[in-house]
Amino acid sequence: MITVNDHDYEVQGAVGTTLAEVLRDELSLTGTKVACGEGHCGACTVLVDGIPTLSCITLAHSVDGAKVTTIEGLRDHPMVHSFVRNDALQCGFCTPGQIVSAVALVDAKAAPSTEEIRHAMAGNLCRCGAYPRIEEAIRTWQD
Amino acid sequence: MARLIRTEKEVEGRFEEVWLVVEEDALQQWPAGAREVVGQPATRVDGLERARGEAVYTADLKLPGMLHTAVLRCPYAHAHVSSIDLAPALALPGVHAAIGPRDIPQLEEECGYQGTAVAAVCADTFEQARAAVAAIGIEWEQLDPALDPDEAVARKQLLGEPRETARGDLEAGLAEADFVVEGEYRTQVVLHSSLETHQSVVQWLGDTLEVYISTQYIWGVREEISGALGIPADKVRVVCQYMGGGFGSKNSPDEHTFIAIELAKRANRPVRCALTRREENLASGNRNATIQRLTIGAKADGTLTALGGEYVNATGWGGWSSPVEGPMQQLYSCPNVRTTTSAAKINQPPMKAFRAPGFVEGTFGLESLLDVLAAKLGMDPLELRRKNYADSDLSGEKPYSSKNLMECYRRAEPHWARRHEVRARSTETVKRGVGMASQVWYGGGGPPSYAWIRVGSDGRATVVTAMQDIGTGTKTAMAQIAAEELGIPLDHVTVTLGDSARGPFASLSAGSSTTPSMGPAVRAAAADAKRQIIEIAAQRFELEERVLDLESGHVVSADGNVHAPLVEVIGLLENAQILGKGARGPNPTGMTVLTFGVQVAEVAVDIETGEVWVDRIAAIHDVGRVINPLGARSQVEGGIIQGIGHTLSEHRIHDPRTGQILTTGLDAYKLPTIGDVPEIVCELIDQPDEHLTNLGSKGLGEPPIVPTAAAIANAIRDATGAEVHELPISREEMLRALKDAKEREHAAAPAGV
Repeated sequence: MITVNDHDYEVQGAVGTTLAEVLRDELSLTGTKVACGEGHCGACTVLVDGIPTLSCITLAHSVDGAKVTTIEGLRDHPMVHSFVRNDALQCGFCTPGQIVSAVALVDAKAAPSTEEIRHAMAGNLCRCGAYPRIEEAIRTWQD
Repeated sequence: MARLIRTEKEVEGRFEEVWLVVEEDALQQWPAGAREVVGQPATRVDGLERARGEAVYTADLKLPGMLHTAVLRCPYAHAHVSSIDLAPALALPGVHAAIGPRDIPQLEEECGYQGTAVAAVCADTFEQARAAVAAIGIEWEQLDPALDPDEAVARKQLLGEPRETARGDLEAGLAEADFVVEGEYRTQVVLHSSLETHQSVVQWLGDTLEVYISTQYIWGVREEISGALGIPADKVRVVCQYMGGGFGSKNSPDEHTFIAIELAKRANRPVRCALTRREENLASGNRNATIQRLTIGAKADGTLTALGGEYVNATGWGGWSSPVEGPMQQLYSCPNVRTTTSAAKINQPPMKAFRAPGFVEGTFGLESLLDVLAAKLGMDPLELRRKNYADSDLSGEKPYSSKNLMECYRRAEPHWARRHEVRARSTETVKRGVGMASQVWYGGGGPPSYAWIRVGSDGRATVVTAMQDIGTGTKTAMAQIAAEELGIPLDHVTVTLGDSARGPFASLSAGSSTTPSMGPAVRAAAADAKRQIIEIAAQRFELEERVLDLESGHVVSADGNVHAPLVEVIGLLENAQILGKGARGPNPTGMTVLTFGVQVAEVAVDIETGEVWVDRIAAIHDVGRVINPLGARSQVEGGIIQGIGHTLSEHRIHDPRTGQILTTGLDAYKLPTIGDVPEIVCELIDQPDEHLTNLGSKGLGEPPIVPTAAAIANAIRDATGAEVHELPISREEMLRALKDAKEREHAAAPAGV
């Protein structure tokens, strides 16, 4: 049993099923992307009880009873609009993971410093190189 | 009128003579400068759906009954399949079909590189397919790998004949030189690393094949599949609505698509074939390694008299020989230039085009050695570059359609002037310096490319064209161009793209060509619709067409008497629509179309550890008219950041004995993170190329990555006196360069001092 974006789901996954597989394949919440499948790129980041978590290396059974928030649960968050306003995305494949990480950061501290932004976001790779805009989007998300 | 012409077509620095049907481009360019919509910063028209995770990428597509594929790939750098038995795989649960080397040409028995596709299985789940691949009975005969590019060249193990170019007389140029400098430069293999890996989902619908694919070239995929399968092109529908990065590696269907097509036929089900990240790092292409042996001769006043280059592209088992010699031929006005470029066929995965292929590598070598020359001459590096400015294209003996590199140099001055202050901030162990490098590359685009547009009675327009937006923001640029021409707000324009069955032929998104190819076609289509709207308005207001125009959503007359909302005129139409069509006109004949620029880098080097930090990069580029300054800046920043990765951290490493690739994961292959980004200053000249199309715009995807490595290397030299010769500039390479510099200094010191 997991709660995803405030909805409860009874999930029967084989042993070894990852949270990313449950979200994408069973619940069809494909906003969460898988780019490496090994926990190196951050594209699959979701919140588990508010903590940014790499869903591609998180076993589904380990989040039994937890509250999971995916990008679909953050669709109206001001951070989404800040990313668009600041052109903080290019191809957009890493963007949902970036936004989830960014939301966790500003939930903990509404106005993080540049160093704090860079530290918190260093696990989210963006091959298009939108990093300067991502930094700006997080700095100005409340505008 | 349509016109049949024989012309030279350029893609990624490769030229071929082709027949083209082109339509006249009768529209006058807009005056230079920002307009109502074009030239104004615009957020991405598809930004929200991408940011919210609603956009459905190929990776997200799930068709009813869809099966998953796993591919058996050769684990050795060079091997022969001595026997293969697919039966054990077919016997496993969930498996629907299995294919091997005798089934399709894309699966091979002779494996020239680690990652060669040999067999494939499709099953209900990916895990089942993977288990089935593991069960395939296979015996390998391992063969000796050829891994050394120089040895391969010596043994004439080449892809094609060496490419030789010459103008003037290199030996005579060297003889008249007061100074001659020589250097050997090496660049590494780097990986595109698109976050969406190469993948396709295919299904047969009756006699039609539907291919959903992460691609940079919908129409190229369609053509290649149609040709390979011998089915009419209109029976192949290729779809790519959203695309997760390509950088040059996704211009073709590639073997994964042909595997999926064959498996879908056999299983009679839709089939997905997606590369895992580890497969992606092996078998999806790369920027190949190069060796560059360069010579520059110059007069004491800095005038270049000779440029010579012996280049080796370590191409891998396949691919093509990228134009690594291009910058030497094109960047400076030197009468005597001779280059030879050999493509070494070695047992490594094949290269593919990667963001300005060849020019990134060639610029690193040439511009690094040019700074060595500047030091020898005691001349300011910026001055040396201005001294040898090329006013026309000597390699083709043609004028440039436009060139504002001198203006780029002028705008670089304040950034360049910072070097005194930057150097002064050096400490005992951390040395600081500033370096620069110039950029030349293609980016003019070309025909054919088409767009349709429909304007409804609500005054809103939809652009229809089967191009793709690979993340560069071209969809937004097209919307801006249509809005500008029709005199309507940007949010009144929708762009539909990404489907070969639902729009006309469109350019590939490579070679910085989407905006310069598609933009003029979209403008022409909008102008066609506008002409029809004005015809209607002329009848409605009983005025001559020539006195009417569309502005800010209104039909206006020259005398100001008519100022009617657009919907008042075309609102009469109800469900009727105004349909416009447009085509990309020809490129200017007898002219060379290029993009230019300069970057100035500031670095810090820890001379004890060899660590290098890039603190600041100023980029000034000349790409003609800028459609969207916001998106353009993002492109420049992204190119520079990839360039920093190429320069400092990215390196696909192989075992020099066995050829085994050692960096198949993103843990070992170091992409830049947000923590590696310096201050980036971006300036664009924004001067329309008056000879190029109805827009005067060139492409911007590739230019920003071209000079970054050279600018950083030159800044390191400025900071420390050390000459780096290899990319990436790892700590080892940096410490080696520092040691060499120290030894040079000692050797040069007078005895007894």
